[in-house]
Amino acid sequence: MFDLDLWREIFQSINKNRTRSLLSGFTVAFAILLFAILFGIANGLKNTFKEAFGTDANNSIIVYPGRTTKANNGLQAGRQIQFKNEDEQFVLDEFGEKVQYITSKVNRSVTASFKGEKNNYELRAVQPDYMFIENNKVSDGRYINQNDLDNRTKVAIIGRIVNDDLFLKESAIGKYINLSGIPYKVVGVFTDDEGDNEERVIYIPITTAQFVYGNNDYIDLLHLTYNPDMNVDEALSFGSLLTKKLKDRFSVANSDQRAIRVQNMAQGMKQVDIMTFSLTVIILVIGLGTLIAGIVGISNIMIFIVKERTKEIGIRKALGASPKSIVSIILIESVLITTIAGYVGLLVGVGVLEIAGPSLETYFIKDPGVSNSLVFGATFTLIIAGAIAGYLPAKKASQIKPIVALRND
Amino acid sequence: MLKINQLHKSYPIGDSSLHVLKGIDLTVDEGEMVAIMGSSGSGKSTLLNIIGMLDEADEGEYILDGLPIKNLTEKKAAVYRNKFLGFIFQSFNLINYKTALENVALPLYYQGMKRKERLEKALFHLEKVGLANWSHHLPKELSGGQKQRVAIARALAANPKLLLADEPTGALDTKTSYDIMAFIQQLNDEGKTILMVTHEEDIANMCKRIVRLRDGVIMEDKKVEQVRAEQYV
Repeated sequence: MFDLDLWREIFQSINKNRTRSLLSGFTVAFAILLFAILFGIANGLKNTFKEAFGTDANNSIIVYPGRTTKANNGLQAGRQIQFKNEDEQFVLDEFGEKVQYITSKVNRSVTASFKGEKNNYELRAVQPDYMFIENNKVSDGRYINQNDLDNRTKVAIIGRIVNDDLFLKESAIGKYINLSGIPYKVVGVFTDDEGDNEERVIYIPITTAQFVYGNNDYIDLLHLTYNPDMNVDEALSFGSLLTKKLKDRFSVANSDQRAIRVQNMAQGMKQVDIMTFSLTVIILVIGLGTLIAGIVGISNIMIFIVKERTKEIGIRKALGASPKSIVSIILIESVLITTIAGYVGLLVGVGVLEIAGPSLETYFIKDPGVSNSLVFGATFTLIIAGAIAGYLPAKKASQIKPIVALRND
Repeated sequence: MLKINQLHKSYPIGDSSLHVLKGIDLTVDEGEMVAIMGSSGSGKSTLLNIIGMLDEADEGEYILDGLPIKNLTEKKAAVYRNKFLGFIFQSFNLINYKTALENVALPLYYQGMKRKERLEKALFHLEKVGLANWSHHLPKELSGGQKQRVAIARALAANPKLLLADEPTGALDTKTSYDIMAFIQQLNDEGKTILMVTHEEDIANMCKRIVRLRDGVIMEDKKVEQVRAEQYV
């Protein structure tokens, strides 16, 4: 298949008409350059959105109980709603399929001390699923497990900052930390990409907290993630249904906005989705427009090239060139120029993004860049584009009648 | 070698059509050197184009070396042209960005010959026309006579059965013309069949047979005493 002579012919032709080839390549290179930069900027904007939402699971739903504001079913307004362990079970029984992870949570503030060091931290009593909901990573030791829940063990998993604050010289694992007067054994250290505040936290098993803080089965809030197979609309209706079921369970008026509050990330996701979608569409339209302009440009130049080479093509045909060989020459030349020029444009575009990227963060553009798949996609598109641009002129060239081309004028 | 029977060709001009060839009968044997003469518009170039498969007849029979040339696909015509015919043009028609050697090698490229082999063969033919030293020059660096020699070498490269020359000396001065003619005669002496269109009497007389066309029909077809070109050189 590889025909060295054919390539020799094509390079000779490109080389002989350097200015012409450069000019036609420039159109395409510029189109791709713009395309890459636009795409990179769009990606940067998306990254900014994503970061605004943190690294928590973005399919989170948090349910807070509060005080009723309306009388309902003979019950007075101002009644405090209190969740218990059975309410988590209720959610699982009702919506088992739709729940991915779930944890009950008790929040406290504690003073933690180890040897001479002492500080105040947020204490979160949770279940093992919480690790996936918060996207925590255990850097040392382990997380809370089912055994801790069953046996109400006094163990603590501390955030990186807590570790750095209190355990200056030694490893925290296996040491006893004092939390507001009660010693807990540190079994793990975790990190959270979301930042320092999320690492200034201590986790303990929820059953332990319930035992220590009142010997009851109260929980402060429910934190769950919905099944990621659901789309945003399904997630939203799941959220509303969950709210309604819980309101019924606690005899809360449907219009009561404060007794049971459900914070559904799907709401924000939907807005971000719409925004990034329209952004992508705009970028694609502009990008494709530029690309088409580039293709039309190169097609134009190829038509001109064929016109200019009419006589040469006529000579070749008189000497025995088949129509196919004429098409190959023109087509491959077009594809070659498009691909090389397009690639140069792409490289320059990526380079520009690489260099200018960091200084764009103030404009809400973070880490602008193009993905590998886009690079492959663009290369493929370029080859196709070159073929389209070259096809008509090549066809025209192959139909040149030698007798017309060779007429003495 | 070549047999033509009742060949007709007309070109559309606006609504009407121009009947250019009105029933041509011509037979050329191997080793002949024929001049086709006629004033402009007599149909001599059209006849040559049809013989050269660059154009197709409307009616009539054309047999080249036993092969009927009729309703050829473009691809087939390309193969036949490459295999059977060598063209020499008035305006040389060399490819201007290729060196003399590459120009001569071009028909061999279309035969699918390997690069090394075809360059060797091309050089051999350039040597034959006395331009081995100019093999790496571009056409623009050559004189008219030299360009025509390169063109002849190119026409010979594929070792065709029939050489077709369309006013081969039309763009050359008298001395160079005779020079080229001497060379073409020499090719004919070696056995090549040559068909040439010209409107110059002296050039025609250097052939062995003259066919005169007028208004699309053959007026006269006679053998002549060949005038050797060497004596003028």
